[in-house]
Amino acid sequence: MKKNTSFLIALFFIVQLGCAQDNPPYIETSQQINYSYEVVVDGIDIPWGMAFINNNELLVTEKSGILYLVKEGQKKEISGLPSVYVRGQGGLLDVALHPNFSENNILYMTLGTNTEGDEEGGNTSLYSATLNGFELSNVTLLYKATPNSKKGQHWGSRIVFDQEGHVYFGVGDRGNRDVNPQDLSRDGGKIYRLNLDGSIPEDNPFVDETGAKKAVFSFGHRNPQGMTVHPDTGAIWENEHGPQGGDEINIIKGGVNYGWPKITYGINYSGTPITDKTSDPDMAQPFYYWVPSIGPSGMAFSSSGIYKDWKGNLFVGSLKFEYLERLVIENNKVIKREKVLDKIGRVRNVVEGPDGFLYVGVEGKGILKIVPNP
Amino acid sequence: MKIILLFYVLGLCTLTTFLSPQKSREESIKAGREIYHDFCVQCHLANGEGVSGVFPPLKASDYLIEDIDRSIAGIKYGLKGTIVVNEEIYEGVMANQGLDNEEIADVMNYILNEWGNHFDGQITSQRVADTSDLNLNK
Repeated sequence: MKKNTSFLIALFFIVQLGCAQDNPPYIETSQQINYSYEVVVDGIDIPWGMAFINNNELLVTEKSGILYLVKEGQKKEISGLPSVYVRGQGGLLDVALHPNFSENNILYMTLGTNTEGDEEGGNTSLYSATLNGFELSNVTLLYKATPNSKKGQHWGSRIVFDQEGHVYFGVGDRGNRDVNPQDLSRDGGKIYRLNLDGSIPEDNPFVDETGAKKAVFSFGHRNPQGMTVHPDTGAIWENEHGPQGGDEINIIKGGVNYGWPKITYGINYSGTPITDKTSDPDMAQPFYYWVPSIGPSGMAFSSSGIYKDWKGNLFVGSLKFEYLERLVIENNKVIKREKVLDKIGRVRNVVEGPDGFLYVGVEGKGILKIVPNP
Repeated sequence: MKIILLFYVLGLCTLTTFLSPQKSREESIKAGREIYHDFCVQCHLANGEGVSGVFPPLKASDYLIEDIDRSIAGIKYGLKGTIVVNEEIYEGVMANQGLDNEEIADVMNYILNEWGNHFDGQITSQRVADTSDLNLNK
């Protein structure tokens, strides 16, 4: 009985610790709104990914498995897509253009896949394809995470490029947190790096490690759904969904363990703790973490001077609280957070267009363009 | 003879297990709980209460029970546009989660009988198979 009581007391304290205080800086609502928005295209339920071909042409993925080419507010379906496995949070996810797209018309997509002859379920894959008008050709599977799973959770995934001819994409832990993210011989809970043709770079961090997946660049991730390249430093910034509390922003470096689920600032949805550890000498701390969770989706920096005071700020969509979050960063620290487009709906994605405007994907609406007031 | 009888009984058991047309109501509710906690809990929450004005409740939800086939269709095909649940307006999007007919039957049986909800019958995968998207417009 005595043992039981002390156990209960211990549990109480752990739960108390788990219900951490909100992490500053606290979100603000701006008193003065200096912008409005225009609808670029409507009628898209879940505009997961977005890639601008030029100022007037935009590719948008619909999670259910449609790739649209949008021009002057009109959307047209692109044919020839690989078969999309839609389940839970999985489906057609991100789309991105090859760094030399203007010459070779190659694009990349991440999607849930169950390829022919596969066992039940699906997992995240990276494809490349050539866009000719409204049709895809040379559709090539570059990477497929294994094994398949019928779980609905945590597929990732965003696609970005560096200047040295690499493509990066993420795969979430696929709802198998105790097995996948910390095991280099398994897919899931990783950021991957490939050459643009899908081959494995010789200097990938784990190429010499026996049994490791050679495409892995970093590990210990939960569900990376935002990734962008810093306009000045070229570093890869990522955000991922934590459990309850503990969504993270990370700056991705090769070979680094980002800790999930060994360390986290979050707790289970049921309120019970996952671990009492928020740090470990062998694991990276997040650049910033959100408590409470905002449900972070796409992310982008504003590098243009189009918006007053927004240059250099980071923008992240909030699925949960239905706004776009503006984060002001100074001396490697988030010093201010502010709601933009408050109550707009579930924000799925944000990118900076080639024209310097911010474009926001909102569920049930479509793509919105943020326009500064004159 | 005994051996033949034994094989006969074993064979019969195997057949009933694998060819059984449907789970019992209790088995279906149990399987539905798993599905719910994988695919639905993030929005409708463990207590089935959802988030007022954003994610509609399933607990004591008038919308859920007043037209069962419409609710099945909502899960099967996805749901969007304006709905009114317990006199509150919801305008979000519920994506098609990619569940098969049996999984949809299971999760329906779970949400119809959890959090104080009660439904006498049992949703079968056949009923889900027979439910068309026309039910959404009713």
